[in-house]
Amino acid sequence: MASDRPIIQVRSVTKRFGAAVTAVDDVSLDIDSNEFFALLGPSGCGKTTLLRMLAGFEVPTAGAILLDGQDITGAPPNKRPVNMVFQSYAVFPHMTVGENVAYGLRVGGMPRRQTGPLVREALDMVKLSHLVDRRPDQLSGGQRQRVALARALVKHPKVLLLDEPLSALDRKLREEMQLELVRLRREVGITFVFVTHDQEEAMSMSSRIGVMDAGRIVQIGAPNEIYEHPRTRFVADFIGSINLIEGHVSAVDGHRVTLEPTAAGIRLTADEDPVTVAAPPAVGRHAWLGVRPEKLTVAGRDAANGKDNSLAGRVLEIAYRGESSMVHVEIAGGTVMRAALPNERRFGGPALSSGDEVCVTWAPASSILLTS
Amino acid sequence: MARCYGPLDYARRLWMQAVIGLTLLFLYAPIVTLMAFSFNDSRRNIVWRGFTTDWFVRAWNNQELLAAFANSLFIAAATTVIATVIGTMMAIGLWRFRFPGKAMVEGATALPIVIPEICMGVAMMVFFARVNWPTDLPWPLSLSAITIAHVAFSFPFVTLVVRARMAGFDRSHEEAARDLGAGERQVFFDILLPYLKPGIVAGALLAFTLSLDDFVITFFTSGPETVTFPVKVYSMVRFSVTPEVNAASTVLIVITAAVTVLAMTLQSPSRQAEEA
Repeated sequence: MASDRPIIQVRSVTKRFGAAVTAVDDVSLDIDSNEFFALLGPSGCGKTTLLRMLAGFEVPTAGAILLDGQDITGAPPNKRPVNMVFQSYAVFPHMTVGENVAYGLRVGGMPRRQTGPLVREALDMVKLSHLVDRRPDQLSGGQRQRVALARALVKHPKVLLLDEPLSALDRKLREEMQLELVRLRREVGITFVFVTHDQEEAMSMSSRIGVMDAGRIVQIGAPNEIYEHPRTRFVADFIGSINLIEGHVSAVDGHRVTLEPTAAGIRLTADEDPVTVAAPPAVGRHAWLGVRPEKLTVAGRDAANGKDNSLAGRVLEIAYRGESSMVHVEIAGGTVMRAALPNERRFGGPALSSGDEVCVTWAPASSILLTS
Repeated sequence: MARCYGPLDYARRLWMQAVIGLTLLFLYAPIVTLMAFSFNDSRRNIVWRGFTTDWFVRAWNNQELLAAFANSLFIAAATTVIATVIGTMMAIGLWRFRFPGKAMVEGATALPIVIPEICMGVAMMVFFARVNWPTDLPWPLSLSAITIAHVAFSFPFVTLVVRARMAGFDRSHEEAARDLGAGERQVFFDILLPYLKPGIVAGALLAFTLSLDDFVITFFTSGPETVTFPVKVYSMVRFSVTPEVNAASTVLIVITAAVTVLAMTLQSPSRQAEEA
């Protein structure tokens, strides 16, 4: 039973700290029910402040926040059906695991005999029922996080907020917990909103990502949308890695755009996606052409032959990265292009070594044209 | 063969051991002597004549001494309760709120710790004389002036200890409680107070020992009829230093030491880590 109204509506919210600092700058955002929404951005971009406004720890300077259609802009944290998992987990040290989980029910006035089954159910959900009588100082970081999760979920909030939920865990545990969180969300069927600076985390868990920079949301979309069609250089660079070539638009033919790079006398083309771009940029417009390293092919010099999107260059170095190798190729004008070469291809074909004269090529459809 | 030490291995160097030994000797030899001679079977504190517990019995049968001891215990207990409440509230207030003149209040709170006790004593005496504080009240109200003076000089110590504990408080605990539905009162009683407990207990014990063995301020604020244990001991010593005084002092030392050890245990880092 999905309602068509977004569960969270953020309307032109601005948050200033003093006169000098604008942490969140005129942000509008709709989050649908049952979404796993990620707020992604570098540190200091305002993502945590936005999350804290959803939780009620900060009050917006301007704008409104609606939860399930109700204005909760000024409601205190204990008066909104939203719960949060803190970055430090904030598990109460003087209470057992069970008491921690029961706390939210107890302050709500629920008698002790009623909390028991609910606490057990919540702990079952995070697979911690066997530790109900433990003290937090006897738990590992991962277990503490599960306590924090159970403690928030037992309240059956309309939205669960997670502040950098995985940042304190080691890599192995982090990957495990990513799957766990996705499973949990599906099980409890509520909206999760989480904040992260880790693009991998955001991409592998969330249904949609809001990328933030300097207090603004610069792009919202599904992970693949954001990766394949970043709208600005910031997004393109922050999510994954990208080669950027500066230039200006020299010709537009339907959806095919030709870019004349500033540095080298070559022609680059990009196929604009007719879905995401309303109108192709005008001729003469300052623009950047971006291409992801894994979309580049490194070939011999003879492959150049004046074709579009093929640049002659010289291999500077090759870094082995397990499943692939990152080949750094210096092209005319000194720009360094990075190409991710799958290792089965690298070691299957003719040997590649630094100093080799090569040619990097890619399909026009793999180019990303950015005008800001 | 020259012996080898690590760069910070001072405790194994002979001269360092000598300094430490002498320091401990000068610090504790008088106290140990005093305690030892309380068991001496002689009227004089000079020659050891044999073991006895007579002096403790004598001290116990000395009605004036006992009354003074009861006074001291009562004052210490009352001071502890009042100073702990005021000191804790002060610490929480200074942590929780921002207000104009906060720095001044902070400084003023620490003042009684640094002001010479004699000045504090004289000031208290002048104050009570000025407001015509009645000196002929029935017991235990007769101890009110001393208790007020003790609270005034001991609550800053409680504040100091509680604030030290407070510095380690993780505000996300407070926010988590709020997030789970707790109001300000519930946050205070369910989260903040349990966290501060070791600091509050340590502060209380500190206030207790400070009050129990205070002489200077008590001397200036006690009325003609009210005598506390340290003041009584002082007056006994003026006539002659009998082993009875030794015995009484031994009891006081043991009580003070026990309470201090308790306070330090509750304040120790390992204990705090366990609680945090």
